[in-house]
Formats: sequence, C-alpha cells, structure tokens
Amino acid sequence: MEKSVISINDLTVAYRFKPVLWDIDLEVPGGVMMAVVGPNGAGKSTLIKAVLDIVKPLAGNVRLLGKPYHRVRSKIGYVPQKGSVDWDFPTTVKDVVLMGTYGKLGWVRRPGSKERRLADQAIEKTGLTDLASRQISQLSGGQQQRVFLARALVQEAEIYFMDEPFQGVDVTTEKAIVNILKELKSRGKTVVVVHHDVQTVTEYFDWVTFLNVRKIAAGPAGQTFNNKNLELAYGAKFTLAE
Amino acid sequence: MIMDQLDFFIRIFNDYTTQTIGLGTTFLGLMSGVLGVYAVLRKQSLLGDAVAHSSLPGIAMAFLLTGTKNTLLIFAGAALAGWVATFWISGIIKNTRIKSDAALAIVLAVFFGFGLVMLTYIQRMENANQSGLQSYLFGQAATLLREDVNLMGIISGFAIIVILLLWKEFKLMTFDEQFARSLGFNQKFINLVINTLIVLAIVIGLQTVGVILMSALLIAPASAARQWTNRMGSMVMLSALFGMLSGLIGTAISSTGNQLSTGPVIVLVAVSIVLFSFVFAPERGWLARLINKNKNRRSLELNKFIQVLYETCKNHEDIKHKHSIQILKALPGYHAGTLKTLKDGGFIEVANNQWCLTALGISRASANGKQEGISQ
Repeated sequence: MEKSVISINDLTVAYRFKPVLWDIDLEVPGGVMMAVVGPNGAGKSTLIKAVLDIVKPLAGNVRLLGKPYHRVRSKIGYVPQKGSVDWDFPTTVKDVVLMGTYGKLGWVRRPGSKERRLADQAIEKTGLTDLASRQISQLSGGQQQRVFLARALVQEAEIYFMDEPFQGVDVTTEKAIVNILKELKSRGKTVVVVHHDVQTVTEYFDWVTFLNVRKIAAGPAGQTFNNKNLELAYGAKFTLAE
Repeated sequence: MIMDQLDFFIRIFNDYTTQTIGLGTTFLGLMSGVLGVYAVLRKQSLLGDAVAHSSLPGIAMAFLLTGTKNTLLIFAGAALAGWVATFWISGIIKNTRIKSDAALAIVLAVFFGFGLVMLTYIQRMENANQSGLQSYLFGQAATLLREDVNLMGIISGFAIIVILLLWKEFKLMTFDEQFARSLGFNQKFINLVINTLIVLAIVIGLQTVGVILMSALLIAPASAARQWTNRMGSMVMLSALFGMLSGLIGTAISSTGNQLSTGPVIVLVAVSIVLFSFVFAPERGWLARLINKNKNRRSLELNKFIQVLYETCKNHEDIKHKHSIQILKALPGYHAGTLKTLKDGGFIEVANNQWCLTALGISRASANGKQEGISQ
C-alpha cells in the first residue's frame, strides 16, 4: 500500500455552536476508492468541504499529497452535490463540463481548443455526446450527475472528491459511473465518495470511513465494513439485511 | 406606415434635449439590462430594490455635506449608501437567524425612512439649491445634462469591460459557488465586484427613473431575455437590447408632448416586453407551453385509444375483426375527434359502418405495448 495522499489531523468544524465534525484524524492511502458513510447530519459533506477549503475549520489541518490544499488545487477534482446548483441556469452541458478547466486556466483566460478537446473527451466517456449542446434543465437526474462527473474528469486530478454522485441516478447509470470511478482507480487515482447506500459499499469500494460527527472507523472495506461499525455509526440495531 | 413611424421616431430625437435624454436612457437600459442578468440569475432581484431605496439617504447626505447637486457627488453618495446596505443585508443574514427576505425588508425600510426624514429636513433649509432633490424619488429625465449622460456612459463602459474580462469567473460563481471556491476563485472578491456593479447600475438610473421604480428596470429586461434563450451570453445581449429599447421607446413616448414623465414610461415599456415574452416566447412562453401540453395530451389519448381497440380486437380470432360504431362508443377513452384523427392517420379503416384496425394501427399499438412493458 502506498503512503497516505490525504492526511487529516484533529479536524473540528462547527456551524454556529454545534460541532459538525469533532476531532477527525484520517489517513487515506493513495489509489484507493473510499466510501464515506454515516447517517444524515454525520458531517460527510462537511468533511469534503473542509478538506477543499470551502468550509473553514475551527481547528485542525489537512494535507493532500503532503501539501496544504491551496498548493495542490490543480491536482484535485470535485463533484459537489447535484442539488447545490440551479439546473435551470441558462447554459449547456458542454459549457458546464468546460468549467472543469477553469481552475488550471486561472483568472481572465478563456478556454481554448485544448480545453474544448478535453471537455469533448470527458463528455464522450460519460456518454453525453448526443446531449453536449443541450440546455442543462432538459437533463434527467442521472444525466445531470454525469455532467458533474465529466466536469471533474476534465480537471485531470490525482484525488477526486465526490459528494453523493449516485443521488437521483438509476441502476444503469450508477453502474456506468462506478465503472468510470474504477477506471480512475486503475490509473492510480484516489477517489473519495460520500455514499448513502450501505448495501453497495463492499461491491463498489475497497476502503471505507464510518463517520458520525466523530470518526468511527476507517480502513480496508473487507475488514472495516462490519455490523459493529454500522451500529456505532448509525445507532443500535442497525444491521445489514441479507 | 413603418417608414412613417421611423421618420417620426427620428424627428423626435432631432431635438437636443430629447437626444440627451435618449442617450442617457440608452446607457441606463444597457447597464441595467446587463447587470440585471446577474441579479436575476443569482436570485438577488430584491437586493436591487433594497439598494435602490437605500441610496436615498446617500443622496441627501451628499447634498447636505456639499450644498450642491453635482451629479458625480450625488452618484457617489447614492452608491456608498447602496453599498453599505448590501453589506448590512449580508451581515444580518450571516450573523443572525433572520432570513434573507426579512433582512432585505428591514434594511430597505430603515434606509428609505431615514432618507425621507433627511429630505424633509433639507426642504426646510434656506438653500435655494435644495429644490429638485425630491425628483430622485420618482426620477426626472428632464434634469439630465450632457455631463450626466457622459458620466453614465463612462460607468456603463467600465462595467462592460469588467464583465468581459471576468466573464468566466462571474458565470462560474453565479452557477456553482462551491465548485468555484474549490478551484480557488475568491468568492468574496467576485461577489463584491458583481454587487458593486449592480449598485452602480442602479445608481446611474436614479436621476432618470427614481429610487422607487429603478429595480424594475434592473429585473424586467433580464426576466424577458431569459424567456427567449438558454445561453447566458445571448441572455446578456438580449437583456441589454431590451433595456436599451425600453429607454429609447420610453423617451420617445414621453417626449411627444403628452406630459408623461419619462422614468415610469420606460419602466412600463420594459414591463410590456416582459409580458410579451412571457406569453409569446418559444419553449418557455405560456402559449408555447400550452400548445405543447395539448399536443402531448392528444398523442397520449390517441395511443391509449388505439391500445384499447387493439386489446378488444385481440379477443377475437381474427385481429382484423370488425366492430360497429356502437361498440367503439362503449370503449373507454372514445372520442369522435380521436376516431377521426386515427382514421385520417390511416390507423383504422371503415367500411359499411364497420371499423377495423389497419396493419399500421396494429403495429403502432403493439409498439406502444412494448414501451409500456419497459416502463413497468
């Protein structure tokens, strides 16, 4: 196993007076596909946002690839929650995907032919070619999710953070997305996914973190994903239905 | 006929004063059209109203401190007050449990009330200059001078250059703030620039349109433009065009000697464009949606009835079994219009008052059946 690409130390985040994340220590080795699971309000999205500097932590520090986030931005990809944007915004699939290139472009510079080519490749990979010039409000939930995934692919990152990429997605699209994530992993990328469906954790992921304000457990999915940790994270008597 | 009107239009603008006002209202329409797109897409339409009302104490203060009605100073005072108001609003939302609509209403009322008090105070002063300050409430285009128009032109030009430079950043921050922040774009800075430009767009319209109506000119062209396009670039251009048209047409109408004041007329023209767009725009317009809905319903009715007919026919040994009109009338979903459309489309045929599905009808019905199977 490679050394950690994500190290989180003593991370504490609070909204007003309520702690959302408490004293999180987490090491994630490179090249894994990790699920972050836990009940609603466990701080899963907040963990990602704190790592990406979107939410200011009360305490603690985060290092990605051994450096603070602002030094490695160009090596990080992000898929926010689908519901965090207005899908009636007047723009097209291709335009949203192109936004993935904005980080490397920096201020003022506009995307050129190189960026457009990258966007076209990502659009093709996510099966959106026929929809490239469509307005984004005319997409289904699964197509919207694939647009966000394509935008993250364009970032050509080393570590990807995805906030519920399977939300509002049908089974076929879910499998298609999982295949793309597995391909990223096979190319040595690290993928962190906030995941809601505990039934599919071991099928999709090889690493898992249980979260409920505190870190409950983290490690290889085979050993860590068990009824004891599920109960600790979700409360008593939560076991997997066979 | 059209030439006559055009000629009439041109003759109106031959007059120097009307020219000045027309140029001013065009700049105003351009600037508020462009910035209105950001206000609308960022769901800050009400912020414009709060800023406009909040600028009143700034105008009064600028006059109190300098004793003159210099446009630049008045602009600066109005902009400063409007700007402070936006900070108060976002501060209240961030630091208290008061929601954004209440925060807007509180700040608007406090600033506007304070401004009105200051205006009445100024009125009682013995300064001959004070008359006319009241016109900022409802706007008075006739007070526009060439210098004022030049200043409006410079400010709109500046705003458009900033928007062209930061087009990508503004769009990203408007569409997906979290993603923008993850890429390292400074959210506070970008929002500050956008809000400042919105404040400027409002301020340059106060003299013409007034504190009370100005936000309409910010919101109307953008709302109309959104109806016609699904791209942000064309939305901005259309909105600018609608804004400029409102300014020009409004000026023309009010300068024909009917004593209508320019500001409200401009706003009414802008609102007419909105109403027209809401009704007639393709895709998003009310009419297009109605037609689309009816078309969908009719095609569903057709498919449903052809299905029912097919199921009925299948009960007989021969799929081509003929049925009398009495039997058809008893079937669920029967409608004379539906039957006629199916017959005209060649899906059913009739001989001696005996009806029967054609080969085309049978294949359509079985195709429907398969589709149903998938969705189940």
